Order: sequence, then C-alpha cells, then structure tokens
Amino acid sequence: MTESPNPLFEFLLRQGDNALVLGHRTSEWCGVGPALEEDIALANTALDLIGQTQLWLGYAAEVEGKNRSANDLAFMRDAYDFRNILMLEVPNEDFGRTMVRQFLFDAFQVPWLSALRQSSDQRVSEIASKSVKEAQYHLERSAETVIALGDGTPESHARMQAALNYLWPYSGEMFGNDSTDQAMHEQGIAPLPQSLHKPWMQSVSNTLAQACLAVPEDPFAHSGGRTGFRHTEHLGHMLSTMQVLQRSYPGASW
Amino acid sequence: MNAAVLTEKQVWDWLEQVPDPEIPVISIVDLGVVRNVCVEHDDDTQAASVKVTITPTYSGCPAMREIATNIESALTQRGITDLELQTQIAPAWTTDWMSEVGKQRLEDYGIAAPQAKGAPERCPQCKSTAVEKVSQFGSTPCKAQWRCTDCLEPFEYFKCI
Repeated sequence: MTESPNPLFEFLLRQGDNALVLGHRTSEWCGVGPALEEDIALANTALDLIGQTQLWLGYAAEVEGKNRSANDLAFMRDAYDFRNILMLEVPNEDFGRTMVRQFLFDAFQVPWLSALRQSSDQRVSEIASKSVKEAQYHLERSAETVIALGDGTPESHARMQAALNYLWPYSGEMFGNDSTDQAMHEQGIAPLPQSLHKPWMQSVSNTLAQACLAVPEDPFAHSGGRTGFRHTEHLGHMLSTMQVLQRSYPGASW
Repeated sequence: MNAAVLTEKQVWDWLEQVPDPEIPVISIVDLGVVRNVCVEHDDDTQAASVKVTITPTYSGCPAMREIATNIESALTQRGITDLELQTQIAPAWTTDWMSEVGKQRLEDYGIAAPQAKGAPERCPQCKSTAVEKVSQFGSTPCKAQWRCTDCLEPFEYFKCI
C-alpha cells in the first residue's frame, strides 16, 4: 500500500465509502423487508446514502485530480482501496442487526455532519449541510425501532441484544485518530472524531436504556477499515455483487 | 422567435408549466427546485443564452435527471438552443421554498403540506386533526406515511426539511 499524499482525499473517501457501503448493504433489503413500511423505509434510507455518496466521492475525485469520476471510485476500486469502517460492511444478518447498526452509525453521523457544516472547506460544509437533514430522519427512525424491538417480545429483545453485542466492538472505529484526522483537524476541515465519543456514548446509552438493552462492557475495538489496512472478508463479497456490471462491462451506462 | 425579447420572467413562466415528475400536480417552480434563471443576449447577434440552476430535494432524489430532461425539452421546444443547466446543493433545499400555491395544490391532491412542527396539520381528505404517523418514509424520499384516525384513510405527508 502506498502512502496517500493527500489527506483531504483520504478524508473524503472515508465519508463517501461509509455512505456507499452502508447504502449498498441497506439496499439488499429492497423487496424483502419484514413489512411493507419497513421495506420502503430501508429503500429510502439506502437512496439517501447513495445520493450522499455521489456528493462525497464526486468531490473526492475532483480533489484527487486523476480524471476519475464518483462512479469510477465506487465501481472500479478493490476492497483494499475502500476506507469505510468495518461495522458498515459486515452482513445484515437480520432486521435487528441492520437496525442496531443503522442506529449506532446515525447517532454518530448527526453530530458529525452537524459539526462539518462549520468546515473551513466550503464543499465539505455544503455536502454536510445537505446530508445532515437526511441523517436526522434516519436517526429518528432507527432510534425508535431500536427502542420498539429492544423493549418488545423476548424474541426481538434477544435478537437486538445479540446484534448489539456483535456490533459493539466495531463501533469504536468511528472514533479513530490518525494522521488524516489530525491533518483535517489542523486545517479546520473536520473536528477530531474522538471529540464526539463522549456525547455519542451519552446519547446511545440513553436510547439503549429505553430499549432495555445492556451496553457491552468490553472496550475492544476492531479497526482497519478506515485506513484500508485490513477489511473483513465480507467486503470483497459485497463488492463482487455491487461492482459486477462495471467489472464485466467497463464503462457500461444506460 | 425574436430572441431579443426573451426575459427571465418568460423563462420562469415556462418552467412553471413543467410538472414535478413524481407529484405532477405541482410544478418544479412551486417545489422550489428551480433556484435561478439567467438570460443573456449576445451583443452582436442578440441570440439569447439561458442558464437554469436547479437543486435536488434529497441528495439521492431519482427524479433529478428527469427534471433536467423535462426542463431541456420545455425550453428547446420554445426555441432556446443555447441552454445550460447547473445543479447546486448549497444552500440545501428546504420545504420553506415551496410556494403557497404549491402547498394548496398538494392538499387538494391529497398530500398534506409540510409543517414546521414536523407533523401534518390535518387529514387532507376529511380535514380532521386526529392524525397519526405510520412511517417516517413513504413512496418518495420527500414524503412520510400518515393516517387519519377519524376517517381511517391513509395519506401522505410532505416532510418538512
């Protein structure tokens, strides 16, 4: 892996790849949601995330300056070039895990995008201002669903707790702190993700308490996604589906 | 067409006749998607060049491409050959930009208009205020599903963002 010369490009890939990978995972529910309203909600959430991806990766491609487009970045990169956090690439498993993941991510995205509205980079600020309006709707729904299912039947409660236990060790990666984060902080482009950890813990704990779900105590955090150092084996499988058309027929369009 | 008389107001009037592809009772102007119209005339030939700026309602709104195509065909039909379409995302689209006419047309069509408090004022069918949310998301990114507990009819609510 060669060192990236441009921290802004890395930063934009992290934003875009998070939206893209979660957007694709969420779109896997389209047509098989547990109820019509949920199916529609999942598809709408996926659509918002793919729209946000176009904005982030479109800007990333401009910053990179190698004549690539948002589509090229989405469909023609391999797993090790992706910069999403690992939590977003693990399989959906069931509706419970899908919604707990969405909630843990939304609870980060809303304060994160709100902060990015004050970015010293005008384009980052514009994209964040657009995206945060959508993220607020996502959070409202995912938090409500986590409470309804956590505080639901013994079956739904057990599934939600299992999902939380599974995802929790992946959530720490959102608050990573490396040279890219430092560079963005120094340039006033983004706050340190770390600075959001405490308020995130508070808001997440509050919702989980209402959902009768226990916050796992193990502080271990998986990492490797946002640097591209080590993705899970699941990302490659996901990309093989997501990218098959452009891989088979490069440049195909309609 | 006499290009010299083409005004920005004329272009706005034409765009007001372009319906939103997903909610055809309101125009793209009523919806607030058209942000700017700029008409310039060539000093020598007087030929008009038109620049239209649009903004997406939601970042993933699948209707944007169709809206752009519809604007192009509406204006080329009127003889405009030099047309530039620009998309901007800032300032981010808000339902505050929806015209009063647009809100009334939505309600007449059976879609509750956006409200600052985040919930529909009343059932667009029977006008009862006894309404409840079914889902934050609906048939398009911009709408939520609600129902009236008086007339028991489901209806769509245009989300306030």
